[in-house]
Amino acid sequence: MSLAVLPAAPDARLRLGLRAGLGLFILLLAVMPLLNLLPVSHPLHVSDFLVSITGKWICYAILALSLDLAWGYAGILSLGHGAFFALGGYAMGMHLMRLIGPRGSYGHPILPDFMVFLGYQELPWYWLGFDSFPFAMLMVLLVPGTLALVVGWLSFRSRITGVYLSILTQAMTFALMLAFFRNDMGFGGNNGFTDFKELLGQPLNTTAMRSGLFYASLLALVLSFLLCLRITRSKYGRVLTAIRDAESRVRFLGYDTTRHKLFAFVLSAMLAGVAGALYVPQVGIINPGEFSPANSIEAVIWVAVGGRGTLVGAVLGAFTVNGLKTWLTSAAPDLWLFVLGGLFVLVTLFLPKGLIGLAKGRTK
Amino acid sequence: MKHPLLAFLLLVALALPARAQDALTAALEGLGTGFNQTAEAVDRLGASGDPRALPLLRALTEGRLLRRADGTLLIRGEAGVIEALAGAPAEAAEASPVRLNNRVRVALRGALGRLQLLSPDAAERQAAADAVFRSRSADNVAVLETALGRETVPAIRDRLLLALAASRLMASDLADKMAGIAALGASASPEARAVLLEMRGANPGLAAQIDEAVAAVDRRLAIRRAAETVFQGLSLGSVLLLAALGLAVTFGVMGVINMAHGEFVMLGAYTTFIVQEALRTIPALQPWSLPLAVPIAFLVTAACGAALERGLIRHLYGRPLETLLMTFGVGMMIQQAVRLAFGAQNREIISPAWMQGTLMLPGGVAVTQNRLWILVFSLVVLGLTVAAIRLTRFGLEMRAVTQKRAIAASMGIRTGRVDALTFAFGSGIAGIAGVALSQIDNVSPNLGTGYIIDSFLVVVFGGVGSLAGTLVGAFGLGTINKILEPWAGAVLAKVFVLVAVMLFIQRKPRGLFAQKGRAADA
Repeated sequence: MSLAVLPAAPDARLRLGLRAGLGLFILLLAVMPLLNLLPVSHPLHVSDFLVSITGKWICYAILALSLDLAWGYAGILSLGHGAFFALGGYAMGMHLMRLIGPRGSYGHPILPDFMVFLGYQELPWYWLGFDSFPFAMLMVLLVPGTLALVVGWLSFRSRITGVYLSILTQAMTFALMLAFFRNDMGFGGNNGFTDFKELLGQPLNTTAMRSGLFYASLLALVLSFLLCLRITRSKYGRVLTAIRDAESRVRFLGYDTTRHKLFAFVLSAMLAGVAGALYVPQVGIINPGEFSPANSIEAVIWVAVGGRGTLVGAVLGAFTVNGLKTWLTSAAPDLWLFVLGGLFVLVTLFLPKGLIGLAKGRTK
Repeated sequence: MKHPLLAFLLLVALALPARAQDALTAALEGLGTGFNQTAEAVDRLGASGDPRALPLLRALTEGRLLRRADGTLLIRGEAGVIEALAGAPAEAAEASPVRLNNRVRVALRGALGRLQLLSPDAAERQAAADAVFRSRSADNVAVLETALGRETVPAIRDRLLLALAASRLMASDLADKMAGIAALGASASPEARAVLLEMRGANPGLAAQIDEAVAAVDRRLAIRRAAETVFQGLSLGSVLLLAALGLAVTFGVMGVINMAHGEFVMLGAYTTFIVQEALRTIPALQPWSLPLAVPIAFLVTAACGAALERGLIRHLYGRPLETLLMTFGVGMMIQQAVRLAFGAQNREIISPAWMQGTLMLPGGVAVTQNRLWILVFSLVVLGLTVAAIRLTRFGLEMRAVTQKRAIAASMGIRTGRVDALTFAFGSGIAGIAGVALSQIDNVSPNLGTGYIIDSFLVVVFGGVGSLAGTLVGAFGLGTINKILEPWAGAVLAKVFVLVAVMLFIQRKPRGLFAQKGRAADA
């Protein structure tokens, strides 16, 4: 390659190139809602569909980043990250449900429709406070964070690692899915939450609101990326990577590996929660299907395809795989699961470092 | 006549059925002349205990019994009019229907019930026993005793005994009442309990005895419920055991994590379906389609397993997380391939006759045949697996390779071949599990997904690498699940078990039957 004549080391150059590429990509994303405002006949017009689906993908990219922090840097292959995403989504959904107020079909001033339908007399205690935006946002972080803290503490403490931890996290999201499917949990059962009306005093179905959510997600992606970059570059991040590669050795050197891993896992869960919270108002629905183990493992493949252990890779993977999914599920719906399954095989056997690894191999 | 004696004997022989006929005819005396006379005749017919009176009584109930002016009784049926009892065709001219009033109707109900108790048709006797039990009258005691004397079907005998006890309770005689209470107290029927409670108010003098009898029934009901819960738990355990056994070999013994294991189970179930369809053209072999499917499913999934191991998994040895993801992808593709080939809807598997129905154990514990067979089958498969690992040359080589690969190789064992065979063996067991599960679960492309998490929990809970652990883990988790279910609901019970396993791993990270030695440290 022509770049090879430059004096800088290939890795550093690649990093520079990737960083620039990511910057350009973010810029591209940022102008999308603006291009959407152009008249439909304009060659640069971006359709509503593309904007809304890109908004979703940005949330997925945040989820991929969070998973990469846990798996790519700390070696915790969580097959239950979809649960943290869904819990963040449910926290946001509860806030949106409270904001519907008397506009529901039954017109009850406080109770959401499904509660009136199920014969609730008053709001369950765990729904209190969700009418306040700051409280709901706090819960978006705290609920997934607390679950990750409990599960992580119990597992890391007794040195459950590797595939055992993966199965355990998968069982966790499976159990949550079963629980949320129940009507008497007070979370809408099968149907979950939908028919949202407004957020922060603005109706949800306006172009301005949609662009607002899009930019909020994009901002969250950039901030998450910078946060993860900061963490992985720090001394703490180096220890985390060392734990991933040789946990026992790091422990024998005197580091408290449990606490290191726990911090990464909890932070990762919170990021996933934020992604879920931004996702729900954009798609307008949250239901227990989000907890399905298949969703979590799909997120793992985004990271694997992009390249785990690199932050750019996670983002790249999320957009690539989801782009492929959107295209294939409409072009050849029967084929998609073969392609997804094939990606698992292909990436693990031939591309252990993902697309980024491919690029690295080329520059050397 | 030259032989008067012979003639006499002939006459007697001819007259014997005629005498029984005569008794019935005599009972008919006065039927149709007035309401009271009709009711009395009906009572007599009921008391006769002769089932031949049944058609007549039914005709009377339905208004199809006619009486000619000369006193002959006729029955109007679909085929025309016949003489009652004799059955000969007759003219209906000048005949008028026998009229009913309430007294006659009451008498009819009683008589019909009693006669049906003696009917040759078992279903009719069962229904009659239920009706008599519900109607509860002291008048029924005698006929119930007659019926009990003849009854041979155990289930109907039980109902009759219950009906007899309930009828005795209505008698005016104290000893009879006490006998009734004792008999009801000796049963394990919720209905007997209800009867006892109902009679408590009417018999204040017997309250103590009735309370005691109710307590006895409650005790028996509790024991039965417990027995049924244990069976359901064992049944769920056998399903878990079947699903987890193959995993105990591939994951437990080899250390290879195979997320496509559930799909192999599903392939086994579809093999059962294909065998069943293929045998449709050979009726003689049809009842054997299920036993035939077992070896075929084993071979099919074992071949798939060997192909997966040789083709893909062996390139990822020592990288368990990658193996997990890769096999998950393979499972996804197998599932989609089956969905495209067979459609997403459930395929119907016909259970052989010997697996259908319910078995009643003593004490009224109901056990479904197919679940019982699966329980037995799972233990047989476990036994064969243990035997294969302990007793065969292949098992010996397999254990040698797992314990110390390099030494095994230097002893001349072809480790690659052993790996492939071991994985094929574990996958084959998954296929066999699929044959069994096709009997109790929907055969659809996502049959396997429901079992994979549970199977891993069983293996981890029991202790990786220990078949005894898998056995105890499967039955333990199955029983705990079923014990929790009545008061937590099916879903929460599952969640509780999950949490319990997580907490259990805190105490014993290596499972119930931990392998000893340093090799266990990953």
